[in-house]
Amino acid sequence: MSETAIPSSAAAEEVDRHALRAVILAGGLTFEREVSLSSGTQVWEELVRAGVDAEIRDADAGLLPGLAAAPADAVFIALHGATGEDGALRAVLDLAGVPYVGSPAAACRLAWDKPAAKSVVRSAGVTTPDWVALPHSTFRELGAGAVLDLIVARLGLPLMVKPASGGSALGAQKITRVEDLPAAMVSCFAYGDTVLVERFVEGVELALSVVDLGDGPEALPAVEIEPESGVFDYTSRYTPGLTEYHAPARLTDDVSERAAALAVRVHEVLGLADLSRTDAIVTPDGQVHFLEVNVSPGLTETSMFPMAVEAAGHELGDVLARLLALRAGTTR
Amino acid sequence: MPRHPRLDPLADRYAARTHGMKTSEIRALFSVVSRPEVVSLAGGMPAVTALPLDAVGSMIGELVSGMGAQTLQYGSGQGDPRLRERICDVMALEGITDASPSEVVVTVGSQQGLDLVTRVFCDPGDVILAEGPSYVGALGVFQAAEARVRHVAMDEHGLIPEALEEALLDCRTNGDRVKFLYTVPNFHNPAGVTLSEPRREAIVALAEKYDLLIIEDNPYGLLGFEHEPLRALRARNNQRVIYLGSFSKTFSPGLRVGWVLAPLAVREKLVLATEAQVLCPPSLTQYAVARYLDTQPWREQIKTFTELYRERRDACLESLAALMPAGTAWTRPEGGFYVWLKLPHGLDAKLMQPRAVNAHVAYVPGIGFFADGNGREYMRLSYCYPEPDRIREGVRRLARVIEAELDLHSTFDAVDTGTFRQVSGAVPGHEAETIVGPANRDTGKDDRP
Repeated sequence: MSETAIPSSAAAEEVDRHALRAVILAGGLTFEREVSLSSGTQVWEELVRAGVDAEIRDADAGLLPGLAAAPADAVFIALHGATGEDGALRAVLDLAGVPYVGSPAAACRLAWDKPAAKSVVRSAGVTTPDWVALPHSTFRELGAGAVLDLIVARLGLPLMVKPASGGSALGAQKITRVEDLPAAMVSCFAYGDTVLVERFVEGVELALSVVDLGDGPEALPAVEIEPESGVFDYTSRYTPGLTEYHAPARLTDDVSERAAALAVRVHEVLGLADLSRTDAIVTPDGQVHFLEVNVSPGLTETSMFPMAVEAAGHELGDVLARLLALRAGTTR
Repeated sequence: MPRHPRLDPLADRYAARTHGMKTSEIRALFSVVSRPEVVSLAGGMPAVTALPLDAVGSMIGELVSGMGAQTLQYGSGQGDPRLRERICDVMALEGITDASPSEVVVTVGSQQGLDLVTRVFCDPGDVILAEGPSYVGALGVFQAAEARVRHVAMDEHGLIPEALEEALLDCRTNGDRVKFLYTVPNFHNPAGVTLSEPRREAIVALAEKYDLLIIEDNPYGLLGFEHEPLRALRARNNQRVIYLGSFSKTFSPGLRVGWVLAPLAVREKLVLATEAQVLCPPSLTQYAVARYLDTQPWREQIKTFTELYRERRDACLESLAALMPAGTAWTRPEGGFYVWLKLPHGLDAKLMQPRAVNAHVAYVPGIGFFADGNGREYMRLSYCYPEPDRIREGVRRLARVIEAELDLHSTFDAVDTGTFRQVSGAVPGHEAETIVGPANRDTGKDDRP
């Protein structure tokens, strides 16, 4: 992995952080509320340590009046799941003229829709596993058996079944037996009306973080994920000790560079800004496959973005404060 | 050297009994319950705002300002003598008239009492008999003690004596060491049902016949809506029954005051165990409860609570009858906090939970109340905390969620994979049909419009 272009601590010191007032948005009304609260707390601790005057607020009816009464220089969105990641909240912040760290509303809408993001990314020449995304109504109207048969015939087994939007692996399942597929669909549709069925790609799981500190998007060292159970599900993600992480990932220089290039390419073609985390798989032949991208990457104590920042030799608080400083006073 | 190999450098050192302590999706989904948009029928939180808060506040303030030398000091491991006397008065309301304060051990909620009893009696691998379903907090204590739980079937009249006898015989045949039966006889958590009078006699008789110890957990006994409390099991046998009591539902859960009533030899071990665990229960909260019982109209307050809970129970049952789709069944509690609801065939309350979160209604999936993976078709609904209108709205949302799941199942149940129903519906050892008698079958007719 090549050195990243994160500004040095000295450069970061140029920002008068003590003059910065930040509001961290965390919580929300989604399945990922707990993760978001955990991310928000971590961000608050890091920003305060970096000298920023920060407070945490929930995205609720008190938010807009609160921001109007006590304006922030910039908002940091640590919300996971809908509202925080689907662009809706950012569109409202745009209307209110409130600066925020992260990707603009339109790009978030695209990234939030995993099948749409896969289409755009593939069109840009990035490899991603074959997939099909279907709403419940399609199965009802055409007959679930016939549609599932077709999916298995075209995509083969094993398959990944997951909600077409959302994170933290909630609702995601690896299916190795065709008879388990209907139950997986029932389970997955509880999270949303569209299911993404994807060809399962065997390989090493990577988290590829990207950050843009004013000089264009740069990839941070890849984080390799090795869950004890073999599946990086919700429990493996958020129970310390159940997953081994390697930062930087144990990759050859060649594969590292391709992984970094893929993450930056995804960031750019989807129009993302400031920070993102792409989830990818490296197959034994060294090919890197895009799975999905997160515009509001997890920032909890067990999350991969903070690991990548640390692996690059930087303090998370410095990076987050720098992002805030860059967005302070700028509206979109 | 790779960095962040695990995030927890002590990962390989934990005791085996901690292996089940993992972050879970269910817990994550519960975090939205704190938002006001969500109607929570999940948590069993008492309606403490119905207390005379100003009077309680003054009382506690006086305990500190006037008696701080005692109330802020360490106390006896067994608990404050004055409080133990008053606890005997409380137990007399449920027929326990022979209890002596010397047999009472005050605990940090009855949860600590259950933990102490389990520590004192159970070695790893021992068998505990418990109703199926059973209180989730008890299952956690039993798991921590590495005991094995064997569930015993219930119906609308509570634990089934014949099923208990069958379980005892099975255990004897298998060479299992049964340490005790754990039971919540009144307004059961989560099933909502009450052990009938004849069955109380039958179960105490079985205890004699099979040399069985009974742990009677009775936090809700004084919160009946329709009749005076039934005599406690402990009132029928003072040697084979250890009784757990609590002020969490009749006064305040935040004070964490409960108790164990046990024969003297057991009491001695419980005191030693509690001293090793917490030294002594908190003095201030013990004094607070004793002063509350001495100076406040606590019996009237219990009536206030029961009237409030009865109104909420009625709102819940009426809404369920009006709104739930065919195939749904539920219990009709005569007191306490809970309705136990059975979903239409094939639906899974845990898998359905994300849809409920999206619909802004919360419940507890039934699987948490079983140690053996059963209970997927069930959920617990708590009516104790939300106002009646919120309960009606919550049930309305829940009905829509169930209807949407039925629609989904109508699409995928038809898939001819041969095993789908096994995956999503029926479970091994399926005793679900006999767990509880649904209230909407009591009348012999379908109450839905």
